Amino acid sequence: MLTILFDGVAYGMLLFVLAVGLCVTLGLMNFINLAHGAFAMAGGYLTVVMMNRMGLSFYWCLPAAFLFSAVLGVVLERALYRRLYDKTHLDQVLFSIGLIFMAMATVDYAMGASPQIVNLPPSLNGRIEILGANVGVYRLFVIAICGLLTIGLQFVIAKTRFGSRLRASVDDGRVARGLGIDVTGIFALTFAVGSGLAGLGGALGAPILSMDPSFPLKYMIFFLIVISIGGTTTITGPFFASILLGVADVAGKYFVPAIGGFIIYTIMVAVLIFRPQGLFTRSAKR
Amino acid sequence: MIFKSILAGAVGLAAGLQFTAPALSQETVKVGLIATLTGPQAASGRQKVAGARLYMQLNGNMVAGKKIELIVKDDTGVADVTRRHAQELIVNDKVAAIAGFSLTPLALAVAPVITQSKTPAIIMTAGTSVITERSPYFVRVSFTLPQQSVPIAEWAAKNGAKTAVSLVSDYGPGIDAQNAFKMRFEEQGGKVLEQLKAPLANPEFSPFLQRAKDLKPDALFLFVPAPTAGALMKQVIDRGLTEANIKVIGTGDITDDDQLNGIGDSVLGLITSHFYSAAHGSALNQKFVAEFKKANPGMRPNFIGVGGWDGMHAFYEALKKTSGDTDGTKLVDAMKGATWESPRGMMTIDPETRDVIQDVYIRKVEKKDGELYNIEFDVVKQVKDPMHK
Repeated sequence: MLTILFDGVAYGMLLFVLAVGLCVTLGLMNFINLAHGAFAMAGGYLTVVMMNRMGLSFYWCLPAAFLFSAVLGVVLERALYRRLYDKTHLDQVLFSIGLIFMAMATVDYAMGASPQIVNLPPSLNGRIEILGANVGVYRLFVIAICGLLTIGLQFVIAKTRFGSRLRASVDDGRVARGLGIDVTGIFALTFAVGSGLAGLGGALGAPILSMDPSFPLKYMIFFLIVISIGGTTTITGPFFASILLGVADVAGKYFVPAIGGFIIYTIMVAVLIFRPQGLFTRSAKR
Repeated sequence: MIFKSILAGAVGLAAGLQFTAPALSQETVKVGLIATLTGPQAASGRQKVAGARLYMQLNGNMVAGKKIELIVKDDTGVADVTRRHAQELIVNDKVAAIAGFSLTPLALAVAPVITQSKTPAIIMTAGTSVITERSPYFVRVSFTLPQQSVPIAEWAAKNGAKTAVSLVSDYGPGIDAQNAFKMRFEEQGGKVLEQLKAPLANPEFSPFLQRAKDLKPDALFLFVPAPTAGALMKQVIDRGLTEANIKVIGTGDITDDDQLNGIGDSVLGLITSHFYSAAHGSALNQKFVAEFKKANPGMRPNFIGVGGWDGMHAFYEALKKTSGDTDGTKLVDAMKGATWESPRGMMTIDPETRDVIQDVYIRKVEKKDGELYNIEFDVVKQVKDPMHK
């Protein structure tokens, strides 16, 4: 029983790291970036290449995946996304969906379409007993990293100067600019961090979720569920939504395997009926 | 004036076409190979095309005085694309037969098309029993899931497993596999505690595996389509099922030759039943593997590759038997009852069901020359599909 809870939390944490960047761009920057999964895929595939082709350690892959996706994020933000900030949401959706297809085709061409397998270092394999629950070491590792990230993110946004500048830029870009805040720079940095986190999530997820070119589309649904349940105005909302989804998904499949796959959709429908603004949002702001 | 000459040219061209077209159709026999070359099942398409091309390369492209031409189409793993390609191949390219079909739904999609046009369709991969019953023009050279599952059920029961749990992908072949396994395992006095089904598109198996583990069976029977197998096996090992004294068994799809080395040493000792292993000892297979690797660097043939090979063989032999007559019904009749040696061993097309009868081997994953292979150590001779009436 505890093992199930634990697996669910690990899965949820992973979803959170994958989706949090999207919450930032969607909630804070009011930009719909459906191609978010493509950055996660970039991180995942970088891990595959670094480990399987170059033989590097898995631990190096994690920061590398973060940096790689972050840089990719900055480049695309400066080159493409920036032009769409003041366009309609439909334009943004069409643009980012197009980007997904390009990313999928690129990966398919470069790496082949079959799922990639990542072999973890021995220190992360195996299982240990904690509080009577038999847990996988790797999942524990995922929970630890994701937990730290969440605390860090919440701290940065709520307590630091950068966080308050970011919130100011989002709330009213013109006034923030008038106060001397470098709105463009802050957005670029935020976008980079969001993409980087997706990349890190992809790298962390590579050994658990299978990495194939359809990754961005396959997980887009999960990201969107996280955001619709958690709301986008805070970091904690999506965090609890992810955990809820992870636990519900894993527990559903464990206890009622026959319909397990549908549990998360049922939850989403229920939430959207009773609280269309999301479970953890105070009120619909926009 | 100009108009007239163009007209004359066009008429001349048309006449020329009319003259050459029948001549060509007498010389060339076209075979349409519908493979999945993009998407998650792409690995299967590459194997199949490689196997079919290798057969043509080694056996020449002249059969019964006709030149064989292979037309390869990519169906991306989507059933209506398969069907559209089948229609185009039959109507526009006038193929004598179509072949391929990496997944059951893709094969089922062409059933009405081939029945109506009386075109033989050679199934090189898809493994649900029912396919060959959907059209009298289907001939299968691959395998059926029940055919592969029954021997391992027997083996498990004989080797002391009293209880078992099955975990399969929730689609046609998976259901076939779990039912055949349960049927034979319970006939032998065992008990299947639960039949778990994971969604086909879902790569997170941990809740299902945890449930299997908590049920504490003697054996866990697995089936997922080959490209997903790597991810599943990693999670099986990660979950510590073998340490919990659960014997993990399955059909050979989970230790697919193409993927085996990528999964890693943790699958050493895993026991599966299947009709083909690249380590099969026959001289023909050794030649097949060597030539396959030479023609496709970096690839090791798997059961899909050998399916491509045997599909072409079935067509070649049928065309020889009809002395080059490409009438669909005659070709199918010629394939019925055909027996030949394949790289996998001896195989026969059952004259009644048009399904394959072949040896099924019990194999164990072992290391050979630094690579992982399925080493065959037991065999059930000439297994028929147990699901056909």
